[in-house]
Parts: sequence; C-alpha cells; structure tokens
Amino acid sequence: MLISYREALNQAMREEMQRDPLVFLIGEEVGYYQGAFKVSKGFVEEFGVERVLDTPITEAGFTGLAIGAAMAGLRPIVELMTFNFGILALDQIVNNAAKIRYMSGGQLSVPMVIRGPGSAAHQLAAQHSQSLEAWFCHVPGLKVLAPATPSDAKGLLKSAIRDENPVIFIEAQLLYGTKGEVSDEDYTLPIGKAAVTRSGDDVTIVAYSKMALLALEAAEALSREGINAEVIDLRTLKPLDIDTLLESVKKTGRVVIVEEGWEFCGLGAQIAETIYSKGFDLLDGPIVRVAGEEVPMPYARPLEDLAIPDLARVVSAVKQIL
Amino acid sequence: MNDFLTLYRDMLLIRRFEEKSAEMYALAKIAGFLHLYIGQEAVAVGCMHAIRPDDYVISSYRDHGHCLAKGSDPKKVMAELFGKATGLCKGKGGSMHLIDAERHFMGGYAIVGGHLPLAVGLAFASRYRKEDRVVLCFFGDGAVPSGHTHEAFNLAALWNLPVIFICENNRYGMGTPVEREMLLYKDIAERARAHGIEAEQVDGMDVLAVKEAISRVVKKMRKEPHPVFIEAATYRFMGHSMSDPAHGHYRTKEEVGEARKQDPLMLLKTKILQEGLGTEAELKQMEKGVIETVTECVKFADESPFPEPRALHEDVSVE
Repeated sequence: MLISYREALNQAMREEMQRDPLVFLIGEEVGYYQGAFKVSKGFVEEFGVERVLDTPITEAGFTGLAIGAAMAGLRPIVELMTFNFGILALDQIVNNAAKIRYMSGGQLSVPMVIRGPGSAAHQLAAQHSQSLEAWFCHVPGLKVLAPATPSDAKGLLKSAIRDENPVIFIEAQLLYGTKGEVSDEDYTLPIGKAAVTRSGDDVTIVAYSKMALLALEAAEALSREGINAEVIDLRTLKPLDIDTLLESVKKTGRVVIVEEGWEFCGLGAQIAETIYSKGFDLLDGPIVRVAGEEVPMPYARPLEDLAIPDLARVVSAVKQIL
Repeated sequence: MNDFLTLYRDMLLIRRFEEKSAEMYALAKIAGFLHLYIGQEAVAVGCMHAIRPDDYVISSYRDHGHCLAKGSDPKKVMAELFGKATGLCKGKGGSMHLIDAERHFMGGYAIVGGHLPLAVGLAFASRYRKEDRVVLCFFGDGAVPSGHTHEAFNLAALWNLPVIFICENNRYGMGTPVEREMLLYKDIAERARAHGIEAEQVDGMDVLAVKEAISRVVKKMRKEPHPVFIEAATYRFMGHSMSDPAHGHYRTKEEVGEARKQDPLMLLKTKILQEGLGTEAELKQMEKGVIETVTECVKFADESPFPEPRALHEDVSVE
C-alpha cells in the first residue's frame, strides 16, 4: 500500500502499542495536538492519556522520566519535537540511558526509543536545522537509526521498539510527506543492515536519511551520462554495516559519502576511516565527502541552499573521482 | 532485637564500613572518588526502615549509606569499591554507581540533579502498572537549584507520582555553603511547595524522627499516589571526598566539632542506654559483630579477582 513516511511511523507505533501494553508514547504535543508533525494522529483516542502523554516543554525532565520508566521495565517511546531540542536532554541520554547497563554490570537495561526529526527543513534557521547524528553515534551504548523510506521507517521503528537498548531514531521533516510502498503485514527490519538501493559498478555513493534519496537522484542523473553508480542507504548508522560497504567497494573501487551534517568530525569521516582501514586495497582512489557547510544554518533561502548538499554537488563529486 | 537496636546496628554498619573504606583508600585499595556519608547515617537508615523491600531507592554519588541500608551485601559493596569482579556491578560502577537491582536499589548517579527525573520515571512505572510501590530519591542541597530537579518536581506534581524527594541538606554543595548556592536557602522545602508538592522538614540527625516522618508519608502515598518533599537537616562530618580533609578551607574545625555533638549514632545510643532499650553489653557485642562484618568485607574484596579483560566489552548493550 502506498503511504507516507508519517503514516508508516504512525502504523509502526500503533501496532507495537497494540501488541505490548508496556509501550507508551511521551513527548511534547503527542496527545491532543496529535504530534507537532501529526505522527501520533489518533493515538490519544485509541490508547488514552495513560499511554499517550503530553509533557511540558522540559526535554531533560521527560526524557529522564522515560529512562527511569524503562529501568523499571516499561518500554517508552520518547518523541522529541525535533532533535535540536534533544540537546537539552543530552545529559539524560548520554549519562543515563547509554551507561546504566554498563555501570550496573548488566543488571539493568534501558529499552526505549528516542525519536523525532533531525536535519534541516526549509528556512527554519540555525537552531532548528541541525544534523546531530554524529553526536549520538559517538556514545557507546546507543544505537542510531536514520531511515529514508516509509517502508524502512516502519520496519526499523518496530525493531527499535522491540530492542532492549536505547535507540536513537532520527526522522526528517522533509521526509514525513514522502510516499512509498509499505507492506500491510507485521514486519520488522534488522537493525545494523544497510540497503543497496541501486546497483552499479562504477562508484559507490553512501548516504542516509534525506541524503539517501538525493544519492539516488544523483545516480539517475549520472546514468544519463553513462556512469553507473551503486547507492547504499545505511539506514542504521550505529552499528555500521561494514560488510555491505566493503562488498560494494570491492565492486566499484570508488566511494562518495553524502551527509547533511557538518563535515568536521561528521559521520562521513568515520565511514571513510572504516573503509580505509578495512578495505584500503579495494580502493582505486581517495574517498570523497560531500557534507554540510561549516556554518550555523542561515535563514535566507539562497544561503540555506548553499549550506546543504545538493544534486549538483553530489554529481560533481562523483565525476571528480572517476 | 528491638527496633531501636536494629536502627543503631544499621547506622553503625555504615559508619564502620565507611571508616574502613577511608583506610582502604589511604592504602590505595580503593581509588577514584570516594564520598563518605559519615554524619548522615540517620537519614538513610530512618528512611529504609519506613519502606518495603520492593520500593525503589535511587541516590546521588554519595550512595554507600543508602545501598547498605537498602540491604545490599556489604561484602559485594566493598568489592565494588575495590573494583573487583565480585562487586555489586562487577567492578564497573565503583563508589559513585552502586546498583543492586535485586534489592531495587536503582543506583548512585554522579551528575548532580541528573537522577531526579529517573526517580520520577520509576514512580511513573509504579503507577502505570497500578502498583503501590513508592520511590525514595536522595540528593543533597547542592542539587536543589539544578534545572533537572525542577523539571522533575514539576512532572511529579503534575502527574501525582509516588516519589519522596529527600533532600539531605548537609549545608554544603562540595565546598560551597548553602547560603552561597541559593538566595532563599533557609527553607529549601519552599521550592517544592512552589511546584505544588507537599513538603516538610525533619531533623536528619534523629533516626527516629526520620523514620516516623517517612512512615507517615509512605502510608498516605500508597493509598493515594502523590509526591512529597522532605528536607532532612544533617551534616557531613568528613570532607566532600577523600581529596579534602574534614574541615578544609571552607569550614572551620570548630564548626565540624559543634556538629559532631549531634552525631546521630551517639544520640540514639544515649537514648537506648538512658531509656533502658538496650544494655552496654548488648551494644558492645553489636559493635564487635559489625567490626567483624567489615573485616570480612575487606578480606572478601581483597581476595577477589579483578575483572577479566574480556569484561571490558561486556554489558555495553543487551545482545
């Protein structure tokens, strides 16, 4: 069935809340407002205010509450209105959610999902347009997912909810309205498995979230010029699917990594390092990165466009190494 | 053994255990940070005598007293301080992160104020499951101005969650006296009341007063969940951690000496003897038993192995 990314998330959460009474949703405006981006449409009617909790605007407080509830065996889904506000909850996520398992020597676990949109939408300016996934990927004890399609969003969110660990699940405002085929069946997708979304043998383009769609677009454009690009949508950022990456590089020998986040210490640096250290001999040339510009996001549209990777930059990066 | 003697024994165990810990620190058997609870024992012990074993307890980094009072095996606690594989957390938590899930001691946390939202979450879980379990959350006066604290207060009040916030006001946040932490420091409980939380003050040097207050509050909470704030006026006889002496530059020897006149163990001992609730001989026998226990703890910790190298990567995630 053709549904939107937003509807796919809605279905995933609904099915899991129907399946397991320990799952609950908590966050700003998730109840009567139905989610700032309408992801939890119909939830308060179906599950009631006991399981769909509107919170005050206190990210540290309600994220910490959810962590405590998870320590006691519940399975919270925390909706961050955007991951920018997750910075306020960072102490709770990094110092508590990620570490409690380890600090307790395996006595406690924190089965929870922290989800919401990351990255830029259109002209939301500096404080609402950040791609912070690298921050979370840096922390042992967290899993980080960033699916690009409705089908992946549904299957991975269900897996995340069933996972026994804290999972950071990064969506994107510009993806919520995108549509795709999604199975009606109760399915999950494995965490830690990338998807080869286009097969090719000239170059591998690695990307995730919105940039995975851009990579496909670039591959189409390149094919019109006789360049056959393979596209890997990582879907899971941590743990990274190294095998799928190396398998592709073995075939193409060339890699372009596309990410929206800032370049310095960005996720692309880690992906490149992983490929260099584990597959140096497979490479025919240096890996090229296309990343966000090193500036706070400007408001003006022409400047914003310059700050984010676009089709022309990806195409030109590929041509640069061929 | 009557209740008075049990209270005394539990406080004595913490006192002797921590004195021994300080010795072991001096011998470099224990490393890192070690924050002693000596002087504050009446708070932890009075509180634990007022709750059930299945009630949740959560604390800050000054957590030895709460953990022992909740009933954790002192041998495993000492082994954890030694960083041994037989420790409560297999040597991975250390002094500041004692956790004993089996006894519902949900941990010591070392980011000031950061565990208060967790406490509210434990209380949320209790209510979500329609249980009558309550949560005891211990923190110091230093955590009161923190943003986490006020977010936790607000959520607990808003959703009527069964958590008792126990502020152990020992008058110093590390080396900063409470009057330099907050303008309105004389009645810390006012801050909780401002969030709509019932609040009261209790003499934290008087174990009986603490037990009475918490028992009364818990009884009401089990029937009708709601948060309560208790300010326990207490005093830390030792330095903030092992890196500063008992008085340091921020307080005088005289002040510490004056506070020691209210030693919670001494107060209860005097009462026991004066009111004939126990005899000198019984107390002596008890002292002997506690010292033996602590000696055994050290022996156990010392003889236990350090964690194997393979433990490094274990317990990061649930596989």
